[in-house]
Amino acid sequence: MALSINDACVNCWACLPLCPSDAITANLDGATHFAIDAKKCTECDGDYASPQCASICPIEGAILDAGGEALNPPGSLTGIPPELLEQAMAEIQAR
Amino acid sequence: MELKVLGQSNSGSAAAPTESGCSKSACGSTSDQMDQLPESIREKVKNHPCYSEEAHHYYARMHVAVAPACNIQCHYCNRKYDCANESRPGVVSELLSPDQAVKKVMAVAANIPQMTVLGVAGPGDPLANPERTFETFRQLTEKAPDIKLCVSTNGLSLPEQVEELSKHNIDHVTITINCVDPEIGAKIYPWVFWQNRRIRGAKGAKILIEQQQKGLEMLIERGILVKVNSVMIPGVNDKHLVEVSKIVKSKGAFLHNVMPLIAEAEHGTFYGVMGQRGPNAKELSALQDECAGDMNMMRHCRQCRADAVGLLGEDRGAEFTLDKIEGMEIDYAAAMEKRAEVHAQIEAHRAEQAAEAAAEDANPLGDLPADLRPVLMAVATQGQGIVNQHFGHAKEFLVYEASPAGVRFIGHRKAEQYCSGDDTCGEGESTLDITIRSLEGCEAVICSKVGYSPWEKLEAAGIIPNGEYAMEPIEDAVVGVYRGMYESGALSEASGQLIA
Repeated sequence: MALSINDACVNCWACLPLCPSDAITANLDGATHFAIDAKKCTECDGDYASPQCASICPIEGAILDAGGEALNPPGSLTGIPPELLEQAMAEIQAR
Repeated sequence: MELKVLGQSNSGSAAAPTESGCSKSACGSTSDQMDQLPESIREKVKNHPCYSEEAHHYYARMHVAVAPACNIQCHYCNRKYDCANESRPGVVSELLSPDQAVKKVMAVAANIPQMTVLGVAGPGDPLANPERTFETFRQLTEKAPDIKLCVSTNGLSLPEQVEELSKHNIDHVTITINCVDPEIGAKIYPWVFWQNRRIRGAKGAKILIEQQQKGLEMLIERGILVKVNSVMIPGVNDKHLVEVSKIVKSKGAFLHNVMPLIAEAEHGTFYGVMGQRGPNAKELSALQDECAGDMNMMRHCRQCRADAVGLLGEDRGAEFTLDKIEGMEIDYAAAMEKRAEVHAQIEAHRAEQAAEAAAEDANPLGDLPADLRPVLMAVATQGQGIVNQHFGHAKEFLVYEASPAGVRFIGHRKAEQYCSGDDTCGEGESTLDITIRSLEGCEAVICSKVGYSPWEKLEAAGIIPNGEYAMEPIEDAVVGVYRGMYESGALSEASGQLIA
């Protein structure tokens, strides 16, 4: 049972000091983003009501559960409906 | 290495022009900004470019991006953003460790001796990164004790950090307060991270508001100066900000800075994508005037990046990237002496101006008929309070209002630079159009020089170009142009271009 961080991460450091298991590292082995040590991660079970990294992370889709599902799915943090965001980005690309 | 000093030639005393300098203490600065302040506060802010409108013509600041983490989400912010060409808060090019930041500050302060202030403003929230922020301050207090330190925060962690803040050489704190009503807050802040939980909507906004107000009170109790920033979001908090202004003033904040929302779809922010518009110059100015009844208002804010370097309105960050700093050889002790020298020159110059201004008639337009209409004028300057920039080189214009009541500073307008060459301005007509549109409401533009093609376009847009006051004080130029308009009868004509 462990969470993971993918390359949507923007290296903002918010999660690192919050982890009760000291499982998060910055740029491990030359990675371009933060990473979670699966051996250490407890998903904050027993420490907090919700996983701390996923509770402060500002980036939708950056933190995944053990099954690979995003804990903060598109639209859940910014409030921007995903289809609107896609549409806006497509319009900008087309300029 | 020796860098050129702020738009001037390589003269050693470029910072304090003596031959043709400003003849007024505050070139049209708003009387409502500094004059009402007690002497103790004026002394603390007089060489802080972000707090004193007059000081910003002379002194430089820098921000170091040591604080990436944030504990709230604002609808005008996108945490993914990182761009070299954008100038707005929350945007940076490279994140620095405290050690790197200190190195950068020392390099900038050695090469830009007008520097007085170092701020930490993000790109996240400085107080959500207390170790990184305070380590930077601790080292700088030791290595560059002449540099003022300041910090800008959303306020959520402020109460728990006030004690630590008061231990450092920080006598200015800026809190961004956009509302005092949680229902309005819910439309600005989708969530806050508080006591190990993400708390959404009005409940989260209520916590943020309480912490901001508590933090404000605690800072005032400790004698730390507080400026309040507010983002004006039309239809969301625009009317509400008048109340915010009253409340923060009553609690002791000394300056209120109402800034326009910046929102474009390409920024990927909630407001940008959802089509929330920012205020126009007229709406912003009207709200600032409305708040001014209760509060000292700041009108010269440039909403700079979290890694900006230089005078307000300019950004020399690209000259001081980490790899460039590596190659610089700096004598820190000599640099501090040089700063003291340059600051003394600037102060002597300012004192001279103040004395001259006191000796002169207080209102240079007081002899004109009182019922003449006010006129807005845009001025191109690169500092020192004088007209010293070519129209086509201006990245921004300062806007002044002239009337029989005198000259007052209204704010600035960002311009597109359409000319990168020296004399010829043949290309980029469309950016010229954008610049002219940004000057809407202004009836004259005063600069050191204007090319032929923009001259015609400005005239066609109803804006009189004026290049007759090159190297003269801004206020004298504005007074001169207004008098000229009066004498030619332009002020008695009904104009379609009334005050904006």
